[in-house]
Amino acid sequence: MRNRLRLACLALLLLAAPVAHAVQPDEVMADTAKEQRARALSRDLRCMVCQNQSIDDSDAPLARDLRLLVRERLAAGDSDNQVLDFLVARYGQFVLLKPRFERQTLLLWLLPPLLLLGGGLALWLQVRRRSQRGVETAPKLTAEEETRLAALMAAEQQPPAS
Amino acid sequence: MIAESGHYALVLALALALIQSTVPMLGAHQRDVALMNVGRSAALAQLVFAGLSFIALITLHVTSDFSVANVFENSHSMKPLLYKITGVWGNHEGSMLLWVSILALFGAMVALFGNNLPLSLRARVLAVQAWVAAAFYLFILMTSNPFARLATPPIEGRDLNPVLQDIGLAVHPPMLYLGYVGFSISFSFAIAALIEGRIDAAWARWVRPWTLMAWIFLTLGIAMGSYWAYYELGWGGWWFWDPVENASLMPWLAGTALLHSALVMEKRNALKVWTILLSILTFSLSLLGTFLVRSGVITSVHAFASDPTRGVFILGILVLFIGGSLTLFAGRATALKQGGLFAPISREGALVLNNLLLTVSCATVLFGTLYPVIMEALDFKLSVGAPFYNLTFGPLFALLLLIVPFGPMLAWKRGDLVAAAQRLLAAGVASLVAIAIAWAWARGGSALAPLGIGLGIFVITGAIVDLVERSGVARVPFRTALHRTRGLPRSVWGTAFAHAGLGIALLGIVCETTWNSELISTLRPGDVRNLAGYEIKFDGMTQRQGPNFTEVVSTFIISEDGRQLSVMTPSKRSFATRGMSTTEAALMTRGVSQLYVSLGDTTADGGLAVRIYHKPLVLLIWFGPVLMAFGGLLSLSDRRLRVGAPRPARAARALQPAE
Repeated sequence: MRNRLRLACLALLLLAAPVAHAVQPDEVMADTAKEQRARALSRDLRCMVCQNQSIDDSDAPLARDLRLLVRERLAAGDSDNQVLDFLVARYGQFVLLKPRFERQTLLLWLLPPLLLLGGGLALWLQVRRRSQRGVETAPKLTAEEETRLAALMAAEQQPPAS
Repeated sequence: MIAESGHYALVLALALALIQSTVPMLGAHQRDVALMNVGRSAALAQLVFAGLSFIALITLHVTSDFSVANVFENSHSMKPLLYKITGVWGNHEGSMLLWVSILALFGAMVALFGNNLPLSLRARVLAVQAWVAAAFYLFILMTSNPFARLATPPIEGRDLNPVLQDIGLAVHPPMLYLGYVGFSISFSFAIAALIEGRIDAAWARWVRPWTLMAWIFLTLGIAMGSYWAYYELGWGGWWFWDPVENASLMPWLAGTALLHSALVMEKRNALKVWTILLSILTFSLSLLGTFLVRSGVITSVHAFASDPTRGVFILGILVLFIGGSLTLFAGRATALKQGGLFAPISREGALVLNNLLLTVSCATVLFGTLYPVIMEALDFKLSVGAPFYNLTFGPLFALLLLIVPFGPMLAWKRGDLVAAAQRLLAAGVASLVAIAIAWAWARGGSALAPLGIGLGIFVITGAIVDLVERSGVARVPFRTALHRTRGLPRSVWGTAFAHAGLGIALLGIVCETTWNSELISTLRPGDVRNLAGYEIKFDGMTQRQGPNFTEVVSTFIISEDGRQLSVMTPSKRSFATRGMSTTEAALMTRGVSQLYVSLGDTTADGGLAVRIYHKPLVLLIWFGPVLMAFGGLLSLSDRRLRVGAPRPARAARALQPAE
């Protein structure tokens, strides 16, 4: 299904002259700086009729509409964030491939660092506890054992008489 | 008749699984040898009947028996034989049958090669294995019977989804399932150990080869699937962070962690509880993957099948097994005695850090995959895509790669970080040189790219340095070094290859994503375009008739500096039965870089839309995992690791260099 859609849209997309990227030539903005921004923005926006494809990758008609919309806003002088705000206001957070850091996504963003820190902390505590316990449990050698040990070590260092 | 026999064989397999899941367990409890031995015969018989059932379905597909619904929906009499066979698992019912057949295969292997296991452990392992099998036989028989007949048999089938009519389908799903399902062995061993309340280094010795085998298959399966997507889907992407891909990545991450923690347990008798937990989690993630793919809870490219009743059934299995095993773990884990102590800076310490990073990355993927589903249930729709994973998974994995070379350099129990760093000096210098070269050479692209290259080189040279250090090439006379190199255990070579594979894959990923170039153009016959130093001439189109499709083949002549290099023939195929078409991209490989041509539609004025990519070092992305799997294979063939091999003699050990 996606393949067919893609092909259908590819046909739509590729009517015109060559360019060096996935965007249709008639979409490209004259202002290269703005075009660069548009491309970067497109990579973080979801083609909502596709699965896990950005509008930069996708050839669905909706993706094209969104690409044009992004460029329209940029041409009107919007900042990147204003463009994203506009799209989110229209389509909801679903359109963002990189979820925003806010109340509903707090857990999503914070989980990896928290897990890493938590895991690291747990390991550190365990190491500390274990080393303390290790000190406590390792029994001290008695005076008799000390002398035996010294004798053994002395014997080791002497070359065997032969 | 064949369909009914296959169906009946499946019912018998279920019956055998039910016997196998109870009788040996009872036997182990009552110390009754005869009852315990039932597990062995039941497991072997189960394989016979599951296998018969699977062969029956293959036969139905090969003979194009369209009175069977599954064959009618997924096959066509004109389809090439290979795709008639692979089409068996190119659909929900058949793939589940493959799943249980592989499960039965692993159960039978434990029964066959488990002669030197303690009898009660083997009995319990086989019983747990049969619990899983019974649940899935029930699932197939109750919700996804592949042998259902049609009342009025149609004359022709609906054909297999054209996207799946590729050699990739012959390799990718069986590999992936061998990996997924292979982890059931370590799961069964973990549960059996918890029930038995006893676990020791011998346990780890047993579990590690099985885990390694599953890991090898999963590694190859994922790599194969990625390459298949790359050339088949036609836009040159190789990893999409699609939920279904994540479903296979998660068990891989957990399985990789398990592999390393089992190592600590085997060698040092430490990390017992953690290893048990990882065994449970790894297989749980495999089950979760099956659930994600098969239930359609997350609709995506791969999830061709979706039916809520099935979803609920698998969810039930999931809850039963994950919930049950974790409850058992919570109740019994404290009874397991913790083993050997080690200093934080030691080989064990490095492996613990490896486990921490791998599990956190795995949790990140898990959370990213499930979060949208959970939030959707709470009426908040959001997407979690590649940019999220690049920001979270990326740094975690970069950190992991940074510590990879240190692990093998550290001694067990108490290591010397400074000494390890000194030994890695050569790798560090090589990496800095690589960064400098990449920096100077790179035109455009992310500033992080040279650092990525440096990291890749560091991991690769780190692996080489490890081998050099162990053989003593730089320190002792050459002949002694040669002798030592030959005497190095295969597992040491395996480690080096697997770790180097990681670095190689990273190099490919960084180069492909940073310096790939693309060209989109409408071409008419005779038109010439230039990309990445290649001259690409569109020669024309011809019509061709395939077995079950017609295709339009376009010819492109590729030359460099006026010298013709190759002729590329991408095509577009139309499959009449399903009314679908596919693009068959053409690839030209030079070294490890590729030129990729994919076709669009023809325009009204006779032009052809073409998409051409140049992908530098792209093949390294898959060469890396292949090398990793090869390293795994080397380790698996290590005599000391081989299942049931006796402990190495002292003389053999003397060949190992001092660490």
